[in-house]
Amino acid sequence: MKTTVNHRSLGGIMRPYRVANVLRENETTHTLLFDGRLPEAQPGQFVMAWLPEIGEKPFSIHANIPLALTICDVGPVSNAMVNLQVHDRLWLRGPLGNGFELKGSKHLLVGGGYGAAPLSFLAEEALRQEGEVVACLGAKTKADLILVDRLTSLGCELRVATEDGSEGSQGLVTEVAQEAIDAFQPDCLYACGPTGMLLALADFCQQRGLPAQLSFEALMRCGVGLCGSCELPEELCQRLGLPGGWLVCHDGPVAMIG
Amino acid sequence: MEASLAADFLGIQMKNPLVVASGILGTSASVMERCAREGAGAVTSKSAGPEPRTGHANPVTLAWNGGVINAIGLTNPGCREEVPLLRETHRRLRALGLPLFASLFAPSVEAFGEVARVIAEAEPDLIEVNISCPNVGSEFGTPFSATAKSAAEVTAVVRKAVKLPISIKLAPNVPEIGRIAQAVVSEGADAVTAINTVPAMLIDAYAGKPVLKNATGGLSGAAIKPVALKAVWEIAQMVSVPIIGTGGISCGLDAAEMIMAGATLVGVGSAVALEGPAVFSRINRELEAFMTQEGYPDLASMRGKALPQK
Ligand SMILES: Cc1cc2nc3c(=O)[nH]c(=O)nc-3n(C[C@H](O)[C@H](O)[C@H](O)COP(=O)(O)OP(=O)(O)OC[C@H]3O[C@@H](n4cnc5c(N)ncnc54)[C@H](O)[C@@H]3O)c2cc1C
Ligand SMILES: Cc1cc2nc3c(=O)[nH]c(=O)nc-3n(C[C@H](O)[C@H](O)[C@H](O)COP(=O)(O)O)c2cc1C
Ligand code: FES
Repeated sequence: MKTTVNHRSLGGIMRPYRVANVLRENETTHTLLFDGRLPEAQPGQFVMAWLPEIGEKPFSIHANIPLALTICDVGPVSNAMVNLQVHDRLWLRGPLGNGFELKGSKHLLVGGGYGAAPLSFLAEEALRQEGEVVACLGAKTKADLILVDRLTSLGCELRVATEDGSEGSQGLVTEVAQEAIDAFQPDCLYACGPTGMLLALADFCQQRGLPAQLSFEALMRCGVGLCGSCELPEELCQRLGLPGGWLVCHDGPVAMIG
Repeated sequence: MEASLAADFLGIQMKNPLVVASGILGTSASVMERCAREGAGAVTSKSAGPEPRTGHANPVTLAWNGGVINAIGLTNPGCREEVPLLRETHRRLRALGLPLFASLFAPSVEAFGEVARVIAEAEPDLIEVNISCPNVGSEFGTPFSATAKSAAEVTAVVRKAVKLPISIKLAPNVPEIGRIAQAVVSEGADAVTAINTVPAMLIDAYAGKPVLKNATGGLSGAAIKPVALKAVWEIAQMVSVPIIGTGGISCGLDAAEMIMAGATLVGVGSAVALEGPAVFSRINRELEAFMTQEGYPDLASMRGKALPQK
């Protein structure tokens, strides 16, 4: 298990940011760029974002210079956040949790749905260190894909899968990822997306002896390892070889497998 | 010679005096087992009540500069669901040589008895009666910890309902906590836990609004250590039952100070936010080093040292 990041104590207080720009990723997903940055954020870490009287929810850090979040409208809180306009405020506490750690020089990134959100931050970091990056993105249909252009323009080799075949190959992103493992022979796989996708990738990587870093989601309340609400179910921990009582907010969200 | 951290609490032998405070990772057998493996001496489960509760909406917790503020709102699966969870936890803790303390709360005096009877089915080593949560006032009214009379009434009902040892958890925001401790002990409390969080709130100047969804909450962590020390120091002068001294403990010296104020065991909650359950082994290491260096062979030689000499 990784040790705690040393700047966790900074993650406590809410700080107000203003929206400086909004990028429309698709029908339901917007990337908000802010007028500032977080202290020392790593790719894969997250923030708790708060709108007074509406609520507070976790979001991955999409970029930090300037700070950006990619938010998909799935319910009341994310809806209010997706509708923020330039100059509106959003309050954030973070960075929280433990993020990705680049291993080796050939990196395979896999994102399902808005799971792609933290991957461009990771890709930027990997490319800055002169690594090679292949990114696999998947979604139900073409309209749900996000960050395809962003990752391509950064210099990643992109492979896309949609369930209905409206873009890239037809099928699941896990299938494209498996092909990429064979063709690209990465040193490590980094993934973020639905739990089912992560588990399928974990099985596959374990068979191949490929280290994997998987970013999990869970119901977050305190976000700082006190309340227990984000504990990964024990069966999942056993399956992934993680110690029992693994907390997504404190030990994760990124789990190191293999 | 190395100092011993072994603690004797109501005849229960513990490896060390550190207790996971209620509401801190006490939500599942696996997470409580983790706290045990990472160095706690005993684990308290999250307070369970008569019915399941989802608790308050986010924001529920902020690690604020001086500590933590929370209004979780007593999220719990209800006491009936809690029993199998406690049984499984107890099985795992026993294998590691640790006792389980089960916390409970209720909205009325009578309900405390009913919840205690249900929780007792799991046979925890101690039942901790939370009469002092500051975050459910809008539903439950003034906490029972507010007066000696209401605190004693709850104690009497729980005492009648169960044979297991009971500890009553007191609130700091009262004029004379020692008198309240006296009242609960005279109704049969075997121990006292002090303190719960201090009623508090945060307002964000830019938002012009309270930050917690519940507006108000409870303060814990470093900011309340002096409040907790005073409470325990006063209680220790009024009663002779063991005290689980809780509030703002985050290092070995804090724990030593709490024991010198008269505590037998030391509860640790908010400090877990900064470094996870590994905080327990660090506090133990620091406490042991302090005791060895200062020539305290065991906890008893340190206990109550800061109390006025009779
Ligand atoms: C560490 C972490 C990082 C995250 N990063 C991002 C991010 O970068 N971008 C982002 O958009 N979201 C991210 N999320 C998820 C985000 O927190 C939720 O989408 C958000 O909480 C929704 O809040 P809400 O109040 O709008 O909807 P809720 O009321 O919480 O949910 C509305 C409905 O949507 C469903 N729902 C909730 N989450 C999802 C989901 N993930 N997929 C499909 N359906 C869902 C719920 O079951 C419910 O039925 C992250 C979550 C975690 C734990
Ligand atoms: C997030 C959180 C949840 C808590 N939940 C409970 C609870 O359910 N029952 C209870 O008796 N005390 C609860 N408390 C209070 C703690 O048990 C403890 O008394 C208090 O936090 C002071 O200790 P500390 O400063 O070490 O945190 C909670 C505290 C926190 C921070
Ligand atoms: S959200 Fe509270 S422990 Fe993770």
